[in-house]
Amino acid sequence: MSMLKIENLNVNYGAIHAVRDVSLEINKGEIVTLIGANGAGKSSVIRAIMGLVKSKADQMSYTSPRDGKTVSILGKPAEEHVKIGISLSPEGRRILPHLTVEENLTLGAYTRSDSNGIADDMEYVYTLFPRLKERHRQKGGTLSGGEQQMLAVGRALMSRPDLLMLDEPSLGLAPVLVDEVFGIIREINAQGRTILLVEQNAFAALKAAHRAYVLEVGTVNLSGTGAELLNNPKVRAAYLGG
Amino acid sequence: MNLNIFIQHFINALSLGSLYGLVAVGYTMVYGILRLINFAHGDIFMLGAYFVYFATIVYHLPWAVGVITAVILTTICGLLVDRIAYKPLREAPRISALISAIGVSFFIENFAVVVFTGMPRPVVQPPILMKPIEFSGGVRLIPLGILVPVVAFVLVGGLMWLLYCTKPGLAMRAISFDIETTRMMGVSVNKIIALAFGLGSALAAVAGIMWALRYPRVEPFMGMTPGIKAFIAAVFGGIGSVPGAMIGGLILGFVEIMSVAFFPTLSGYKDAFAFLLLIMILLFRPTGLLGEKLEDKI
Repeated sequence: MSMLKIENLNVNYGAIHAVRDVSLEINKGEIVTLIGANGAGKSSVIRAIMGLVKSKADQMSYTSPRDGKTVSILGKPAEEHVKIGISLSPEGRRILPHLTVEENLTLGAYTRSDSNGIADDMEYVYTLFPRLKERHRQKGGTLSGGEQQMLAVGRALMSRPDLLMLDEPSLGLAPVLVDEVFGIIREINAQGRTILLVEQNAFAALKAAHRAYVLEVGTVNLSGTGAELLNNPKVRAAYLGG
Repeated sequence: MNLNIFIQHFINALSLGSLYGLVAVGYTMVYGILRLINFAHGDIFMLGAYFVYFATIVYHLPWAVGVITAVILTTICGLLVDRIAYKPLREAPRISALISAIGVSFFIENFAVVVFTGMPRPVVQPPILMKPIEFSGGVRLIPLGILVPVVAFVLVGGLMWLLYCTKPGLAMRAISFDIETTRMMGVSVNKIIALAFGLGSALAAVAGIMWALRYPRVEPFMGMTPGIKAFIAAVFGGIGSVPGAMIGGLILGFVEIMSVAFFPTLSGYKDAFAFLLLIMILLFRPTGLLGEKLEDKI
């Protein structure tokens, strides 16, 4: 079942045409990754989906697995997206440094009012990332880079999203942490959440993903399953170091 | 100076300081969220005083009803200022909103002159607030002098509770650091901004009402000097910090009252002390007493 369907998405920043006619589709239960070099427009695509940048598209529709209804999310503000089940862990983590770990997570559940469910989900995030539980009273700004990444993913989970979007979750992490983060992404997916993953670390992303799109200077050049792209000579040469 | 007189000065300073604090809290909240100095805030304070004057003295409503009516009307005015003068400029450079704020301030003051006339009007104080109470040792205090700081502390305490123990308060603290991320969490940012303006205006209204009772008169420019001093108090305490604004207000109140109490010859320089404090804090601790810069971690 198609969950997110985008046709001919375009994003302009002044005279810069950052995203050109990108079409993509995400099915329920998938991990879909968008890979590409720095500046290829990956983040712009994800920010356009979230409603954080102005964009144009022939279609940008979201089908909620909660009620099966399909709605257009084009031009809707970000806060509306959260309510219908889309959430984003942004590039650069964007932790609120003056709020505690727990307050950051509580903010992630802002649209919900089921306090028991919120408490359950906080426990769930703490089981995924035990480090956060140890530090739940610490200010977000005092965490290490890896811990902040965990907090950003945990915070995005707190709205109980059906579609979780992760923008560069491995950026700046030590290799051992990268494996851990991708393991957790697979675990979150196995529990029934659909994931759109934007990554520069193409190898790790393709290994984790069911399907992938390769973005080059603002347009989709290739797409296929994760395994297909891992073995594609062009992808290997461009993104996987031969 | 004997103890009796000192206690009277002390209570006086506490009253004045907590009024500055109440107004300063409104400056600091709006600045914390929008990085905007809401120059119209002192005029919102003036509107609060006028509304209570009309409600109780012209329309003879009971004080309790008059105060509530005045606070509600003033809050609506504060929200309208945001809606009309600042909201359309959210994406504009900060200087545009600042200029708009100065314009709104002039507009409200002159509108008040046209509607209310420029003549100061006397406020009839409720006798119950003015009847001195005798304490042991010959200390005499009027109830109003005690009521003002009590009300101010209760209101600021309530605001602190809202900021630190409720969801809208959490959103407000989050917005002050990163609007876009807060929006990503599902927060309707404009509603939270309106809440900050509403709360700040309500507190300014209460301060204006109590000010009108202390110096029993209202006039269209009565908000200018207290407004500037409250702004100084907010900067002194660390702009963006609610407890800082209250502390800054109290310090300013004490400096003003005590300098005149101990050095009566300096009474003509009373207003200069506020600016002296501003210059000192900007020179030696530009972030204010409680203002802190958080380092970004990469």
